[in-house]
Amino acid sequence: MTMDEQPLIDVRVQAEPFDVAAEAKRLSAGSDVGAVVTFTGICRSDGGRLNGLELEHYPGMAENEITRVAEEAARRWPISGAIAIHRYGTIAAGEDIVLVVTASAHRGAAFAAAEFLMDWLKTRAPFWKREIFADGTAGPWVEAKAADDDAAGRWNLDKAAE
Amino acid sequence: MKLLYFAWIRERVGQAEEDIDPPAAVRTVGDLVAWLRGRGEEFEYAFGNETVVRAAIDRTHVQLDTPIEGAREIAFFPPMTGG
Repeated sequence: MTMDEQPLIDVRVQAEPFDVAAEAKRLSAGSDVGAVVTFTGICRSDGGRLNGLELEHYPGMAENEITRVAEEAARRWPISGAIAIHRYGTIAAGEDIVLVVTASAHRGAAFAAAEFLMDWLKTRAPFWKREIFADGTAGPWVEAKAADDDAAGRWNLDKAAE
Repeated sequence: MKLLYFAWIRERVGQAEEDIDPPAAVRTVGDLVAWLRGRGEEFEYAFGNETVVRAAIDRTHVQLDTPIEGAREIAFFPPMTGG
């Protein structure tokens, strides 16, 4: 692609699993793509304590917020594309929860844009996780971590996103 | 206007959504939270700690001092834990 082309931005919120390799391949197409970064967030069992997680979301707003952050990433770094997929519903330990793929001519922009997208998605996208214990009963809602706010805060997005 | 509740706020309130018609004196999101808290124990339980509650008007994040005039849909939810 040339620098004049708009980056490909694709945001999806879905219950179904996603195919990491297929999504990465979509962004690696083109003769000027030199770097593709993928980040996959996976549901942990926490040492066998959990069966998985139940993810609630705010339909419509979830897509809007992730798209807004992806567009901001494309303004900040010269990326040729960004894909973000976030699942909702019941997710078993070992299954994928979230995928971010970014592509650029050089690795720096792709790494930075992917990290920015994940940091901001965690604090702005309306999703809430609840634990499901190993015996299948519903556990507590997961509490937000101050560390996530700190990670997002270092990008200084608050003013940019208003 | 329509109110939406998510996660543990939804569970404490005991419903996912409702239509409301607050009095004219309720001008901001913070006013609305205060008014909701006066509606019963379940709302006091859900909104008792207003520093924790997050809000969105028509699917955009807002602060407690944001005016609610013209809002079609106001959502209340705990801090987000996606990703």
